[in-house]
Amino acid sequence: MTRLFHSLTAFAVLVLTSIAPLLPAQAQPLRLQITEGVIEPMPFAVPAFVPENSAGGQYAERLSRVVAANLTNTGLFREVPPQAHIARISSFDASVSYSDWRAVNVQALITGAVSVQGNRMTVKFRLFDVLTGQQVGDGLQFAGTTDSWRRMAHKVSDAVYSRITGEGGYFDSRVVFVSESGPRTSRTRRLAIMDQDGENVQFLTDGRAMVIGPRMSLSGERILYTTYETGTPRLALMNTQTGQRQLVGDIPGAQVFSPRFSPDGGGLVFSAARGGNTDLYRMALSSGQIQQLTSSPSITTAPSFSPDGRFIAFESDRSGTTQIYVMPASGGEARRISFGQGRYNTPVWSPRGDLIAFTKQNAGRFHIGVMRTDGSEERLLTASFLDESPTWAPNGRVIMFTREAQGGDPSLFSVDITGRNLRRIPTPGPASDPSWGPLLQ
Amino acid sequence: MTLTSKALLVLAGLALAACNNPRGGGFGGGGSDGFGGANDGFYDGGISTGNLGDPNDPRSVAHFQQRIGDRVFFTVDSSSLSAEGRATLDAQARWLNANTQYSIVMEGHADERGTRDYNIALGERRANAAMQYLIGQGVSANRMRVVSYGKDRPVEACAAQRCWDINRRAVTAIAGVTG
Repeated sequence: MTRLFHSLTAFAVLVLTSIAPLLPAQAQPLRLQITEGVIEPMPFAVPAFVPENSAGGQYAERLSRVVAANLTNTGLFREVPPQAHIARISSFDASVSYSDWRAVNVQALITGAVSVQGNRMTVKFRLFDVLTGQQVGDGLQFAGTTDSWRRMAHKVSDAVYSRITGEGGYFDSRVVFVSESGPRTSRTRRLAIMDQDGENVQFLTDGRAMVIGPRMSLSGERILYTTYETGTPRLALMNTQTGQRQLVGDIPGAQVFSPRFSPDGGGLVFSAARGGNTDLYRMALSSGQIQQLTSSPSITTAPSFSPDGRFIAFESDRSGTTQIYVMPASGGEARRISFGQGRYNTPVWSPRGDLIAFTKQNAGRFHIGVMRTDGSEERLLTASFLDESPTWAPNGRVIMFTREAQGGDPSLFSVDITGRNLRRIPTPGPASDPSWGPLLQ
Repeated sequence: MTLTSKALLVLAGLALAACNNPRGGGFGGGGSDGFGGANDGFYDGGISTGNLGDPNDPRSVAHFQQRIGDRVFFTVDSSSLSAEGRATLDAQARWLNANTQYSIVMEGHADERGTRDYNIALGERRANAAMQYLIGQGVSANRMRVVSYGKDRPVEACAAQRCWDINRRAVTAIAGVTG
């Protein structure tokens, strides 16, 4: 297997000096508050990047298009398209004619430049607040290989997004998921990984064995998933950089599934079904030692660690219907946190630690929702025939999930935590069980 | 079981899937780890003929699958055996006790109206309920193992009650010849 993150270490970041004075400290006009719910998207322009040598020419337009798509896809920004531009950016270091951009109602202007030598590429960008006529932050320069050109566009997008929203970015990240094909009754299910925008899909398994529920580690280098390659569900651990994989966490006579990494990556929590009972177990990857965390005559599954590693959220039907509980990561007394109508499944702790995403079934409909970690302030973000398997963007502001229309195929969707900007993520075919990895370095 | 017999049984399963009725699955659930069943394990592959026998022959696997019935059904979220299910399992137990050369994979399945992990747990609960019942009727636990497919191996896919009702099932898949 080729290394998936081959260009990971190839990036060098350089801060460029400003060509315009920085904003006075008190002024912060170019600002979006995501949590408030954005009513009016911020108009931006991103002209084709300036090619600084002839080899850079083929990437100049493409880089700017990826940045534009990323920002537009957040629902927070609206592009003023290149056809509407009056001004032309012919040199990265030339001064900006703000009045020309104001005239077409642009608020945020992103300029960039690219040069290519052999397989090495350098991308630079600057962000300007058109209304105040100021550069926002320093320019940045990224260096890497040409085959990672999209990643550099994602890095530019992340920097722009962060400067305007004050939140961490999420564009330079990957998603592992299950790619499905064939008839529903004998479906082929392959593990696949892609960029968060659906590009660069690579298959990680060949489809001979059924796989479900992949989970990426917080470092993004390893994947846990459930495989039927031995005939019964077992856990597999795959290293995406070396392609090595191994089966882990065997419990004799049990169906073993629903794994999730501990935040430090040193262990996992999973569930095992045996004798009509499903309980949670924890395993240290170094020693292989397994510890049973729950022993309740019920279905107890879908565990998820809090980002500080101290707690585990899970679902259990011990009260009659499935509800969400939180317990110490070493086991012990669990506290029920969901009390609304219907049943609750698949709790997933936000990487920020502030919210738990979940699947809810009520009155024949499925929802993706979020609640605070004590169960308060429940909000449903989606509603459909079948929504499930939420996963958090690394900045904790966007959730990706599986949606299946009645009689249709599953596909991946994303929604932000205010319930806005529901979007379908393009995949090569039916897709399910996304797991969103970290922001790449 | 010898490798050869395992291979033959796998191939027999494929042959069954290939000549199965057109509604997709039918008796046997459409798999390969034996005579029917939903398995898609990594032993798939190969072409041969297997002998399921004549359903009119009470000792044949075909008879078990088609005349006795290799599956029982469940209501939503339940793993309780119905009176009809118990009657089917009683007949299965009689056949299994008379044909002790076969081992069994007890498959548990759920309909699609639930989350994936929960449905694997629920499928296990159903398979376990059916297996425990067979044990109670004298079938040796050593001959049986459980596998839950959750909602991922429906016998029919139509996103309607009609399909969900037949997908909530435990299938007694004849998996091979022991000894």
